[in-house]
Amino acid sequence: METRMLNVKINGRDYQVPDGTTILKAAREYAKIDVPTLCYLEGISEEGACAICVVEVKGARNLQRACVVKVSESMEVWTNTSRVREARKLNVELLLANHPKDCFTCEKSQICDLRELASELGVREVEFPRTRTELLPLDNTSLSLVRDPNKCVLCRRCVNVCAKVQSVYAIDIMGRGSNSTVSTFLDEGLGNVECVNCGQCLLVCPTGAITERSEIPDVWKALGNPDKVVVVETAPAVRVAIGEEFGMPDGTQATGKMAAALRSLGFDKVFDTDFSADLTIMEEGFELIGRIKNGGVLPLITSCSPGWVKFAETFFPKVLDHVSTCKSPQQMFGTVTKTYWAEKMGIDPRKIVVVSVMPCTAKKFEKERPEMKTAFHYWQEKLGLKDEEAFKDVDCVLTTREAAQMIREAGIDFTNLPDEDFDKPLGESTGAAVIFGATGGVMEAALRTAYEVLTKKSLAKLDFGDVRGLEGIKTADVDIDGTILKVAVANGLGNARVLMEQVQKGESPYHFIEIMCCPGGCLGGGGQPISDNPDIKQKRAEAIYKEDAGKPIRKSHENPEIKDIYKDFLGEPNSEKAHHLLHTEYCDRSCK
Amino acid sequence: MIRNQLLVCAGGACITSGEKSVKDVLVDELKKNGIEDEVQVIETGCMGACDLGPIVVVYPEGTFYQKVTVKNAGLIVNEHLVKGRTVSELLYTEPTSEKQARTSGDIPFYTRQVKRVLRNCGSIDPLSIEEYIARDGYFALGKALEMTPDDIIQVLVDSGLRGRGGAGFPTGLKWKATREATGSPKYVVCNGDEGDPGAFMDRSVLEGDPHSIIEAMAIAGYAIGAEQGYMYVRAEYPLAIERFEYAIGKAREYGFLGRNILNAGFNFDIEIRIGAGAFVCGEETALLRSIEGKRGMPSIKPPFPAQSGLWNKPTLINNVETYANIPQIITNGAEWFRSVGSAKSPGTKVFALAGMVQNTGLVEVPMGTTLRELVFDIGGGIPGGKKFKAAQTGGPSGGVITADYLDMPIDFDTVKEIGTIMGSGGLIVLDESSCMVDVAKFYLGFTVDESCGKCTPCREGTRQMYQMMERICDGKGHDGDIEKLTKLANVIRDTSLCGLGQSAPNPVLSTIRFYEDEYRAHIYEKKCPSHVCKHLLTYTVTSDKCVGCTACARQCPVHAITGEVKKIHLIDQSKCTKCGSCYEICRFGAIRKE
Amino acid sequence: MKSLEELKRIKEQTLKEMDLRQAKERGKVIIAMGTCGIAAGAKDTLMAIIEELEKADIHDVKVVQSGCMGLCDKEPTVEVSMKDQPAVIYGDVNDANARRIVREHVQGGNVVADLVIKRENI
Repeated sequence: METRMLNVKINGRDYQVPDGTTILKAAREYAKIDVPTLCYLEGISEEGACAICVVEVKGARNLQRACVVKVSESMEVWTNTSRVREARKLNVELLLANHPKDCFTCEKSQICDLRELASELGVREVEFPRTRTELLPLDNTSLSLVRDPNKCVLCRRCVNVCAKVQSVYAIDIMGRGSNSTVSTFLDEGLGNVECVNCGQCLLVCPTGAITERSEIPDVWKALGNPDKVVVVETAPAVRVAIGEEFGMPDGTQATGKMAAALRSLGFDKVFDTDFSADLTIMEEGFELIGRIKNGGVLPLITSCSPGWVKFAETFFPKVLDHVSTCKSPQQMFGTVTKTYWAEKMGIDPRKIVVVSVMPCTAKKFEKERPEMKTAFHYWQEKLGLKDEEAFKDVDCVLTTREAAQMIREAGIDFTNLPDEDFDKPLGESTGAAVIFGATGGVMEAALRTAYEVLTKKSLAKLDFGDVRGLEGIKTADVDIDGTILKVAVANGLGNARVLMEQVQKGESPYHFIEIMCCPGGCLGGGGQPISDNPDIKQKRAEAIYKEDAGKPIRKSHENPEIKDIYKDFLGEPNSEKAHHLLHTEYCDRSCK
Repeated sequence: MIRNQLLVCAGGACITSGEKSVKDVLVDELKKNGIEDEVQVIETGCMGACDLGPIVVVYPEGTFYQKVTVKNAGLIVNEHLVKGRTVSELLYTEPTSEKQARTSGDIPFYTRQVKRVLRNCGSIDPLSIEEYIARDGYFALGKALEMTPDDIIQVLVDSGLRGRGGAGFPTGLKWKATREATGSPKYVVCNGDEGDPGAFMDRSVLEGDPHSIIEAMAIAGYAIGAEQGYMYVRAEYPLAIERFEYAIGKAREYGFLGRNILNAGFNFDIEIRIGAGAFVCGEETALLRSIEGKRGMPSIKPPFPAQSGLWNKPTLINNVETYANIPQIITNGAEWFRSVGSAKSPGTKVFALAGMVQNTGLVEVPMGTTLRELVFDIGGGIPGGKKFKAAQTGGPSGGVITADYLDMPIDFDTVKEIGTIMGSGGLIVLDESSCMVDVAKFYLGFTVDESCGKCTPCREGTRQMYQMMERICDGKGHDGDIEKLTKLANVIRDTSLCGLGQSAPNPVLSTIRFYEDEYRAHIYEKKCPSHVCKHLLTYTVTSDKCVGCTACARQCPVHAITGEVKKIHLIDQSKCTKCGSCYEICRFGAIRKE
Repeated sequence: MKSLEELKRIKEQTLKEMDLRQAKERGKVIIAMGTCGIAAGAKDTLMAIIEELEKADIHDVKVVQSGCMGLCDKEPTVEVSMKDQPAVIYGDVNDANARRIVREHVQGGNVVADLVIKRENI
């Protein structure tokens, strides 16, 4: 059925607009007028709370909200009369009245939507005084995120993302009227409730109300300590996004410049998490094969996304025995560096500081998990270490944004750096590893290896198109030389929940499920540069698949460094040593 | 054989004034005199003249006894019933004529009313479904079930009934839209939240004539095609909840709710849902969210509840008073309904008359009745010989009607021209001792507390306005405040998400329009002409009255008063905190407050 | 409740019980219930009148009490005041006479001459 076209007048000019379009969309797409918004987030937050997008509609008594009101036949809209402009300005002033005036020191000042709005609308004075006399306390309870309710403009985007997209419901509006705040259950704090640390709320917050817990000072301290050997590992999703922080076009593959910049910062070694991603594929691929052959618990579910892991522990503890025991690439990397590499290079593991640059805020939580001290346990007997001397496998986690900030602080001219390579060993990786950054990437990488191991045949086509793309849930039937492997890929926890309910009921038809906590996969993680390009995930995904296609080796088991580490150190995938070092366990975090 | 019936008003106000104890005395005295089998004591709903409660009316004489206490209730039995002597001390004395009224027929408060919505309140026992039936109750439902839904809706459309909750939307059109909406199941909801301070029309109907609402909701269900109704009552009305719950039980027993009602193949039932203390839940979309168990916050319209209401299904939601009109319209027809009232606002309206007026309580009058009739003829004028200043209408959403407009007929549309609304019927009478700035501040304070907080203009804007009003009343007003208040008020009205915010600035805008001089006095002269705003008062000692008794000096909590015995005292203005204790304690009227 | 007939029956039944509250248009019967009246048996007179009115199914005539009418030696006294007719005062209204007055005057419209207290007799 064809959509009816309506005749609409915007600012005196005629347009033909499809029935069902909002005034906002009509203005932006047809009349090329950018009606300003603040609380609006398409498909997620459409509540008309901020009253910024108001426009005049002929015949309507009050100003109308362009973001939710749909056009009607012969509607006449005026987007910039003095009545409209005065109303928008006044509403911004009302928000600014209670907003902290520390733009100079606020870490979000460069990208703050509120500041930009005030500037765009020409707000030159705030006639109104503060009405909230008491400052609200910061929420510092989380290992990943910091909330400053004083900077909150109650746009409700964070609440809606956490509820509708992630189905976690860790935050909501508490209190009524001008006493409203966004908070957690009984104000316990993000660190004490179901929050999975994914940082999606951070990505959508228009002000500086939500930021990550900064580890920049810790990293500067380590870098400045001559006694320490500071190594850095970088996740696949970082290299296709970090360029955005320096004004490079969306979807630039900035791998070489990233390595160069990090080396310039003073890291002793610049390694690649992609190496351990290949390692993860070896361990997990063989885990899958093992379960299939020996009647183990199926479906097997991936475990490299710490936000997803905490989600499972909190909401679906009964499916935990489905979750792969493999650690994430970040954690495997830390362990391998402080054991295999330390041994190989003859360095005292206690001197090694492992820093990871991640697109993820949940990784800050992951590195603090008590079970992530495997390297220490490996060395404890050998060096006679006492329990109090325990050290973590991964010492610091920086988000993509934090790494970019350090590069800026150091005055490094990122865009003009010549490309450099990662250090070896632990710097060699395949295309299979790079695609970890996109949703469906782990699945595809695992399939490339599992196919060849199971069939002992070479895989002709390496692209599993069915599992690529940004849709919430993707499924595929993979023909492994006659045996059909049913797989599913979900990104975003709301979609994960759908699949997990099936698994919990025992009704899941799949053998292997990949879950990524963030919509789009890691490339859309809470630590990534904040972009207002609605196609940004698409662009980053394209860059990732391009990098994969350009790699000489595209299957994890063909990575020579991987072959070496098994030959020299681990033995076989899933060996006892591999289990001790590269596998982990989970706990039940549900309410009893 | 019953020879007399004592009707004891058991509306909420009378109960608080001790009706139960009065009733117990009556019952006791009847027993003592051995006439308990000849005289029936019946508790009814609110009789309307709340200021005169507790009220006892003796039938068949119709003798109207007011302000009955446990001390004099016995007289009604011993003097009137046993000896046939009217108890004159309990009769109502009309203030202007000073004549004693024997029955309610002699009291203008009653004679000038046209009781349609309130026809049963005060005349029947609300707990008796039989008495409701005796007054033609449930006959309208019977008649409706023999009509087609379209015919029923046409009668409503023809009657011109408009929503009595305050918005005044044509009820017939609302029913029509809900009937025509696609979606199933459909729901019927009654808005009994009645959040306006000082409004108790709906409460009295729910307490005094609950079956009229049950019948109306059933008719509505039949007309729009719904089988489930919800009565949403605010938690602060426990008596209404109790009586309505009881009435539902009775209606089910008699087959007016449940399956196959009156053999017409029509099923309908009602459940009560209780509010939790939020004025904003009187807004229809917030109310529906509240029933769904969610936070009561308004959502954007469209979609309207008629298309997408409870659980996104078509929902009819009307106010209690609107429903109360329905059975009579079905029984008597659209023409009958239009026979009183004005052309664009037919029918009657129940007002809650309160404030500085002689007769406070509930009055039901035809739409188009003038303010003068309401305040003076029915209300009995201003007590204490004071002058009428203004009437505040529509609760926190409304403004004021000044003395210049006393002859303005009141209906949905007329009062809008002077910047106020009729609203749900709250009418607060103010006399010369009221400070209009203070009145506006009071209402604004209410809306600030009750704002849900979703949209910027209401959440932030009303609080800014309120703090400005506080400053002004504290004597800290600035030049430009009136302009700032007006500008802010206009944007809040223009851009708030729901009716709460859109109407919150009305009291301020209306009082600025008519009483700008009072605002200016507060701001520029730092004075409150009505001597209400505490911080703007000055207390001084009148030298020709002061005898030097030192009582004030001893009372003053900040030792601001100095003086020797038998000498004139002096108040140090720089220390004075304006607490007024000296004013209260002086026996010689020697403290001047201005 | 399954039919309008049932509804009507309940209405009629209850109306009778609410009878005392209905507006009585047609007339008023006043019984003097002062001390003398009560001593002379006015209570019985009252109950008799109410009973007779019920039997005759008359619902538009009010029955009220008043204090002493002043005609103490003629007690019990009853005043019958029908609409558009002059009020009539009856004396010595015992139980039987009361019933006569109801049947003949109130119902029938004819003054019961022999019980009337003539003005001249006072």
